[in-house]
Amino acid sequence: MIEFQDLHKAFDGKQVLQGLSLKVRDAETVVIIGYSGTGKSVALKHIVGLLHPDAGDVIVDGQAVSTLDRDGLTQLRQGIGYVFQFAALFDSMTVAENLALGLKKRRLDDDEIEERVSEALALVDLSGTGDRMPAELSGGMRKRVGIARAIALRPRYILYDEPTTGLDPVTSAVIDRLMIRTREHLGVTGVVVTHDMRSAYTVGDRVAMLYEGRIRQVGTVAEIQETGDPVVRQFIEGRAE
Amino acid sequence: MIQAIGRRSISAIESAGRFGHFLMDMGRGLRDVRTWGRLVVVQMRRIGVDSLPVALFIAAFTGVVLALQASYTFTGAVPLYFVGTLVGKTMMLELGPVLAGLALAGRVGASMAAELGTMKVTEQVDALETLAYDPQSYLVIPRVLAGTLMFPVIVAFAVATGIVTGWLTSLVLLDLSTPDFLKGLRLFYVFKDVWFGLLKSASFGFTITLIGCIVGLSTRGGAEGVGRSTTRAVVYAAILLLVLDAFWAVVLL
Repeated sequence: MIEFQDLHKAFDGKQVLQGLSLKVRDAETVVIIGYSGTGKSVALKHIVGLLHPDAGDVIVDGQAVSTLDRDGLTQLRQGIGYVFQFAALFDSMTVAENLALGLKKRRLDDDEIEERVSEALALVDLSGTGDRMPAELSGGMRKRVGIARAIALRPRYILYDEPTTGLDPVTSAVIDRLMIRTREHLGVTGVVVTHDMRSAYTVGDRVAMLYEGRIRQVGTVAEIQETGDPVVRQFIEGRAE
Repeated sequence: MIQAIGRRSISAIESAGRFGHFLMDMGRGLRDVRTWGRLVVVQMRRIGVDSLPVALFIAAFTGVVLALQASYTFTGAVPLYFVGTLVGKTMMLELGPVLAGLALAGRVGASMAAELGTMKVTEQVDALETLAYDPQSYLVIPRVLAGTLMFPVIVAFAVATGIVTGWLTSLVLLDLSTPDFLKGLRLFYVFKDVWFGLLKSASFGFTITLIGCIVGLSTRGGAEGVGRSTTRAVVYAAILLLVLDAFWAVVLL
């Protein structure tokens, strides 16, 4: 289970998270929605210890992330897959090498690494692209490779940072289907950060809206769709006023 | 005025703190030999192959100029075989390490800052961390170790090249015979000339690569930030290299 406990974070004096509290239960996918710049990605980075909170903490499987030392963080990260907004593929490596890098750290033998890379690429419908360089791929393909890199680790948790941003509707739907397939195949717990409501309704078991640094409302997709909260309503309907 | 001084002081203390923290992280990353061990060789090859042509080119022409200037200065006052002495001593003690170092501050330091800066702004460094790698072990230590080990090798080749071109210049343009050039070369030679130059080169290699890594990994913003980091890495490395040069002269000569 992942639990945000009264998380606070400021950058250069600007308060971004102001008491974020949220529980993500095992095997569910929680989608965090909210306006750009409200700290959705910042929240996600706290889960893997890429950022250190000013106050509060994130608890993952009973461990307070901010209290972990380097070895503890390494241990924690081995159970978490992270899909970055722009994929963050290593551009000097082939697709297969990108997928294999995390597996090498886990000291798997070469045959198992090869098997897992092929399996992960097949799961994202990119079999046969292992020898290609990231620069040769389209935006959608890069995102799928990013997901494959996370899946290949067989993590307990997968964190998706804006997985459909900047993609056309059809490619977005492909990514959504992939996230659902990943959950069904691997039974992982997911946290998805997005402002794409169609995607949020498709992949989320629950949806939480982050507003002014804390959770404004959290509920099932149906509860969010029927919300009476004017701020949430405005956001999900995409109204200017 | 007082506020400005205060702000600058705080900023300087913060920078010193970050630098100390970076070095501590680097020391901790040294434990992970499995990660950096194989990457050091890759970086050594890269630094060596990338830097050798530039260093040799500079050294070759420096040798030519040194021989001609020595002859011009000594004419009528000092025996011409002292050309060999001047070329050898100057190449080994000063111009070999410093000129190669300055050239490589631009070549290696800038390339590292640009590479790591791009990785930083495109979240590749974050991605590396989420894959359970320590960026110190994976990115910094291999580069700094490779720089420290390879710079003396590059400088040794550069010094040899400078001496050879100085000798050829003396032979062809100054009518100085090979035995006379060698006589001058041996005249005040002490083994310290060699190890002093190589030790200095190792410290330059360490500094240039460390600065490239620190500046690269602290890059913020997009392409503009990478550009700024690249320039900063070259400027900082060049300044520190000259300070180090003076430091070693004071301490060891």
